[in-house]
Amino acid sequence: MSRADTFHWFARLLHWLMAAMILSMLFIGAGMVTSVESKYLWLVSIHKPLGIAVFVLALIRLGFRLTHPAPPLPADMPLWQKLAAHASHWLLYALMIGLPLIGWAMLSAGNYPVTLGGGLRLPPIVPADALLFAWLREAHRYLAWLFFLTFLAHMGAALMHGLIRRDGVLQSMTGGRRPERSDIA
Amino acid sequence: MTEKRQDPRPPAHAAGRWALIGLAVVGAAAVFGYVGGWLAPERLTPKRIINALQANGGDYPGFRRNHAKGICVTGRFESNGELAKYSTAAVFAPGSTPVVGRLAIPGGNPYAGDSSAPIRSFALRFDMADGEQWRTGMNAMTVFPVSDPKAFYELTVATHPDPSTGKPDPAKAGAFFKSHPESAAFLDWIKTAKPSASYVPETYRSINAFYLRDAQGERHAVRWMLVPDKGPEGDGGAAAGDTDYLAADLMKRLGQGPARWHLQMVFANPGDPVDDATKIWPDDRRTVDAGTLVIDAAEAQADGPCRDVNYDPTILPRGIEVSGDPLLAARSSAYADSYLRRTSEEAHVPGTARPKEAHP
Ligand code: HEM
Ligand code: HEM
Ligand code: HEM
Repeated sequence: MSRADTFHWFARLLHWLMAAMILSMLFIGAGMVTSVESKYLWLVSIHKPLGIAVFVLALIRLGFRLTHPAPPLPADMPLWQKLAAHASHWLLYALMIGLPLIGWAMLSAGNYPVTLGGGLRLPPIVPADALLFAWLREAHRYLAWLFFLTFLAHMGAALMHGLIRRDGVLQSMTGGRRPERSDIA
Repeated sequence: MTEKRQDPRPPAHAAGRWALIGLAVVGAAAVFGYVGGWLAPERLTPKRIINALQANGGDYPGFRRNHAKGICVTGRFESNGELAKYSTAAVFAPGSTPVVGRLAIPGGNPYAGDSSAPIRSFALRFDMADGEQWRTGMNAMTVFPVSDPKAFYELTVATHPDPSTGKPDPAKAGAFFKSHPESAAFLDWIKTAKPSASYVPETYRSINAFYLRDAQGERHAVRWMLVPDKGPEGDGGAAAGDTDYLAADLMKRLGQGPARWHLQMVFANPGDPVDDATKIWPDDRRTVDAGTLVIDAAEAQADGPCRDVNYDPTILPRGIEVSGDPLLAARSSAYADSYLRRTSEEAHVPGTARPKEAHP
């Protein structure tokens, strides 16, 4: 497989690392807000630093992406699918950056100290304002659900590429060879 | 090969492959639905606890779902430095830390009479110079009726006012306490508890235990209390029929000068329960006076600085840590839900009820 066919190894590393982190974040978030048990405090104490780590990695990833173009999608893919792929990728980028930023902002607006554990504390990024807190907190929830739905579509599409079309798109991110095509390459 | 293209051959076991994709998508959604509680309706969630509190107190958009009636106070904590050897928290170094507090009575009705419960509460937020905070909510009682959130929920449901009398059904409450022997110390206490005529001469207790962490990394299990100092005097009991005497009394006293409490740390002996709010520690436990809380002003909560504060007891500075008491996590999670409801109502977020104009 030629080099341009796959994402750069650094992009692949970030993709899979962040996929694991973000999925954990979605499940931790949904689980913690429906829990009153002792694990609630433990989950919140993971949610905040892990979310900030996603934010930092997403900025690095975006910077890398803007300087390292993605391999082209298959030429024979219908236009609407290409558009949907690009739109959903940029939506995922927007959520990877926007959702943790809203988490940070909503705690700032609620006048909560944004503690990350180990004595680490971030400064507030918006003024303390309970009404703003309410809007941001609701936004954090609904955008998280949008994130999860986008992820479902993204995963479904990736598997469709890998299992049905077998067009090398999934391999461009997994980095493996394409066994079913190797014989006719 | 230079270009990605669809494999022209039809995939083997196409139906199986599609099923696999469907399973991955539906499976992921189902797990999310379970974790998020939609597919697990029997789980005790903060939402259910707050719904139960709201069902008892009534619908008062914009207000706290418990301890709804209260008044904002401001002042400072003057630390004497005695506690610095047990905790690295900046608030315990010698010096002064500003506080925003709230005196209140339990219950979800902001218009309830002051005698509706024999308990007063004091919540405080200490604002440290470097941006750290310490938030605590204390009750003027020695012990809590329940030790975990499930029992709290059951007690809340069992004390739901009977529509015909407007009061809890004694049979239901009785049945609850019968099946909850851990409530014994509380029942003992409440027998003699009377609604006090003033917030000022009360002793407020953290009830839940916490740990102090010292500079050597050692931790010390503690509970704290605010013990009233000789302060400005009131004029005795409330006039008959007065249901809002607490705020009036507070204003009158503060008009003569600040009200003071001593912040006292009570240290557990080895073996004392640190994760059970239904257990009293014996009176002889070592107690350290950490300094004086000075309250010099009060204002109505409608526009006061305490209105939009969530006095979540797990917001702690370095040097103070939560214990394993399961009520602490439950409080944090339930207060967050109550706080989101009341701030969303204030913000007129669609789908929430509008706060009424009068906001005592
Ligand atoms: C990738 C990043 C993030 C994801 C996917 C995420 C996801 C979630 C989800 C699904 C919820 C539950 C929402 C609900 O149903 O109400 C939630 C709640 C929350 N998140 Fe995040 N979050 C992220 C980043 C952050 C960050 C960076 C912070 C703060 C620094 C944060 C703080 C919170 C808080 C405080 C809650 C609510 C806890 C409560 O009210 O009990 N989140 N998050
Ligand atoms: C929450 C988890 C995930 C997030 C946030 C995410 C995000 C992204 C983003 C933003 C891209 C576009 C890369 C770019 O153009 O720079 C991408 C590409 C890709 N992702 Fe994911 N992803 C996640 C999970 C997954 C999973 C579970 C799979 C596989 C089952 C997958 C397979 C792929 C593939 C094959 C591509 C390449 C698409 C192309 O060539 O255009 N992703 N992902
Ligand atoms: C699982 C057990 C408990 C639940 C579910 C619960 C629930 C609540 C709720 C929903 C509020 C209103 C929060 C807000 O909107 O800001 C509140 C306030 C309060 N609670 Fe609890 N509570 C519990 C245990 C305790 C305990 C053990 C204490 C003992 C010290 C306590 C003391 C207070 C105080 C002082 C306030 C008033 C805070 C203020 O003035 O803003 N609570 N409680």
